[in-house]
Amino acid sequence: MAMLETEVRDGVDRETVEAVQAMSGKYKYGWETEIEMDYAPKGLSEDIVRLISSKNDEPAWMLEWRLAAYRRWVKMEEPHWAMLAYPAIDYQDQYYYAKPKSMSVKPKSLEEVDPKLLATYAKLGIPLKEQALLAGVEAPEGERRVAVDAVFDSVSVGTTFKAELAKAGVIFCSISEAIREHPELVKQYIGSVVPPSDNFFATLNCAVFTDGSFVYIPPGTRCPMELSTYFRINAENTGQFERTLIIADKGSYVSYLEGCTAPKRDTHQLHAAVVELVILDDAEVKYSTVQNWYPGDENGKGGIYNFVTKRADCRGDRSKVMWTQVETGSAITWKYPSCILRGDDSQGEFYSIAIANNAQQADTGTKMIHLGKNTKSRIVSKGISAGRAQNTYRGLVSMHPKAKNSRNYTQCDSLLIGDKCGAHTVPYIEVKNNSSRVEHEATTSKVDEDQLFYCRSRGMDEEEAVALVVNGFCKEVLQALPMEFAMEAQSLVAISLEGSVG
Amino acid sequence: MAVARAKDVALAARIDGLDLPKGGWLGEARSKAMDRLVAMGLPTKRDEYWRYTNPSSLVSAGAPTSAVFNPDDETPAFDQIGRLKLVFVDGVFDASASDDLAMTGVSIELLSDVAKTDIHWARDLYGVLETRGQSPVERPLAALNSAFATEGVLIRVSARAAKPIHLIYHSNSVTSDVMLHNCVKVEAGANVTLLESGPAAARFIQVMEVDVAEGGVCHHVRTQGRNHERCAATHVFARLAAKARFKSFTVTANGRLTRNEAVVELIGDDAAAHIAGAAMGDGDFHHDDTVFVTHQGERCESRQVFKKVLKNGAIGVFQGKILVKQGAQKTDGYQISQCLLLDEDSQFLAKPELEIYADDVKCSHGSTSGAIDETALYYLRSRGVPLKLAQSLMVLAFLAAAIDEIDDELIATDIRERLQNWLSRHEH
Repeated sequence: MAMLETEVRDGVDRETVEAVQAMSGKYKYGWETEIEMDYAPKGLSEDIVRLISSKNDEPAWMLEWRLAAYRRWVKMEEPHWAMLAYPAIDYQDQYYYAKPKSMSVKPKSLEEVDPKLLATYAKLGIPLKEQALLAGVEAPEGERRVAVDAVFDSVSVGTTFKAELAKAGVIFCSISEAIREHPELVKQYIGSVVPPSDNFFATLNCAVFTDGSFVYIPPGTRCPMELSTYFRINAENTGQFERTLIIADKGSYVSYLEGCTAPKRDTHQLHAAVVELVILDDAEVKYSTVQNWYPGDENGKGGIYNFVTKRADCRGDRSKVMWTQVETGSAITWKYPSCILRGDDSQGEFYSIAIANNAQQADTGTKMIHLGKNTKSRIVSKGISAGRAQNTYRGLVSMHPKAKNSRNYTQCDSLLIGDKCGAHTVPYIEVKNNSSRVEHEATTSKVDEDQLFYCRSRGMDEEEAVALVVNGFCKEVLQALPMEFAMEAQSLVAISLEGSVG
Repeated sequence: MAVARAKDVALAARIDGLDLPKGGWLGEARSKAMDRLVAMGLPTKRDEYWRYTNPSSLVSAGAPTSAVFNPDDETPAFDQIGRLKLVFVDGVFDASASDDLAMTGVSIELLSDVAKTDIHWARDLYGVLETRGQSPVERPLAALNSAFATEGVLIRVSARAAKPIHLIYHSNSVTSDVMLHNCVKVEAGANVTLLESGPAAARFIQVMEVDVAEGGVCHHVRTQGRNHERCAATHVFARLAAKARFKSFTVTANGRLTRNEAVVELIGDDAAAHIAGAAMGDGDFHHDDTVFVTHQGERCESRQVFKKVLKNGAIGVFQGKILVKQGAQKTDGYQISQCLLLDEDSQFLAKPELEIYADDVKCSHGSTSGAIDETALYYLRSRGVPLKLAQSLMVLAFLAAAIDEIDDELIATDIRERLQNWLSRHEH
């Protein structure tokens, strides 16, 4: 809690400062599970790619796909355009596959899973039982259930409620299982949103992804419960490369949650994930993330390097995606959950709160690619920097010539706590037709005029009204987070954007 | 390595036949600029700061030809304003068309006249601010200019200038390829207004370095326009000491390619810089405003206000940045870029950036783009205003906020009338 001595200028909400400090003062999830692991040899080569593929019993086409990606990756250069400073990553000095020994024979049901693993998730507040309630969460009105896929280092430990979801026609399993059980779906959609040639980290992921989650929601189906994946990195010197593929068929709906933590270690660990969402006509996907990887200590020792490619392809007309992210962890965050609004009348939303403290560096934002007619997008990004942290919003809004009558509204606010940190905004705006309207705002004074007018008509002065509207909105985003994240969200509710600098 | 070699080849072709004069105070400045240029190479469209503007016509070996614009086609710029005129024709000073350069409190010299002397005050300015402006973003065309500019004006202002100084750039050649380099030193408490107008050349690469000492004021207003085929890259590098003020406004109408860069450093406390522009583009018009404002002193204010109106496939670019350094507390930074697209074919590409390392600052930026407000248009028409006139009124109203950045009412009026005139010519 060294932060408390930081001189905080007037106008910054005290409660916010304390909440930011409390959040990063002590990393709750920094303990380690002592468990015997099987490792692939250190380093990266075609043999490692073959080994990962064979460990997962993959068909030949999958191996070929991985090898093609690997051969491409070898010729690629790591990108350095982000406002991130970190020593060169030695891709040969880490393990690409680590699996608990007890998982060598895949457990047939949750009862057979190593109790140590179950205890790990229980301690994280994610009990792998088919129970209605999550630890620490008050029972909401009516029954509320969440199905969980738990990924521990390189493998999926288990998936809950599978049978019940299957009754509704929903497929929810690890991606390694999906490649074996539903190859036609995987083959059709994998790499169709984030192709193997996309970027350095995504290509690496294509070659070495070990596990992840797979979701298919059939046409016209509202997924009967929320789905979630919980990622835990445990083994030392091990990178985690998971791949998530979600397909929402016509007229379906799913809310998907993602959480991640890792033990405290002195060395940096690499996490390079790919998430692909395919959304067909009239379907809707809500994707919420609380990213809480180990951020490193106060001096920047250790912490996860988080290089993630997340993209939603709103392929169908009237399809809809909503990304909500709360980014508090990782030493380095490089992440731009994006929306390709291909279908007419499709919608993309991106709500982000990124908090960087101590030596953390975050370069995060979104891309809204408007291709279809009457497409709408909304970006709300709140960045908070404290300590010596650097926090960058980087975003692209692109209106293609054919995206007639489309709309974008972007608001990004930054707050600095202390004078040794940095807050940066790098938006790219490309408008190629005139019936679309694009608005980018980065001032707290430019909040919704109607709401402001209402507040002012009730006798509030301008500043009070703005603060109320902005804070109200921030809370609104947090409240939009599903119950699963209620604990995290509660600690964030104290955050206000008073004193934002734009 | 292949890329680096390609850059070397391109540079060699671009400077082939250009003279790098040696000797005198300027010779040294030129050779240093040449070193910078060789280290950077010429820009390519793969460079981050050229992603929206293809520099090929600026870096090609020869200047693309440009039809000569008939200056009699419209009223000369700033004609109603009492001013001291310096006329250049395709980059060559025309003494007979220019006024006497003597003015109380102001020393005006031509670069070519003083280049051979051993020592000159401009030695501390020429290429110096340009060099400072090369980091963190490289501006190779500015270094190219510092190395090879054949002419320019060196202005030293020690008091309040009695009248504005007007640099008029005529062009009579379809192939003229001109580089001018101006230095302006405004001493403590002094005050000057600089006006610029005219097409200059088929291809024009310009640098202006402005150093404003404590409490000094420099106003800069320029019109670029109506010679449709020219291409131009201009650079203003300004450095402001405590309580200094610098205001620069540019109005642009047409031109195949215009890239106006402004690099401003607020070094002293309580300084203020306003950079603004209004652009109207029609057809194969490409207009790019690239602005970089650095706040280093405390309590400084900066404003960037840019408005563009585009039609028939015209392209407007805005790349604006506010950098607030650590310790630049109480900074007030503002940036707005707006574009009105009059038809389906035109494009607006913007990158409004903030980079902030101080916590007690106010920085905001906004960027909007869209078509003419149909409701307002309908209102005007319902009041009996014909469609074309209503559209013109809306365009002028849209651009008004940028013109409001001009302090001098006479100059602002001149600009408004010019815009109105241009607008009426481009109605269809």
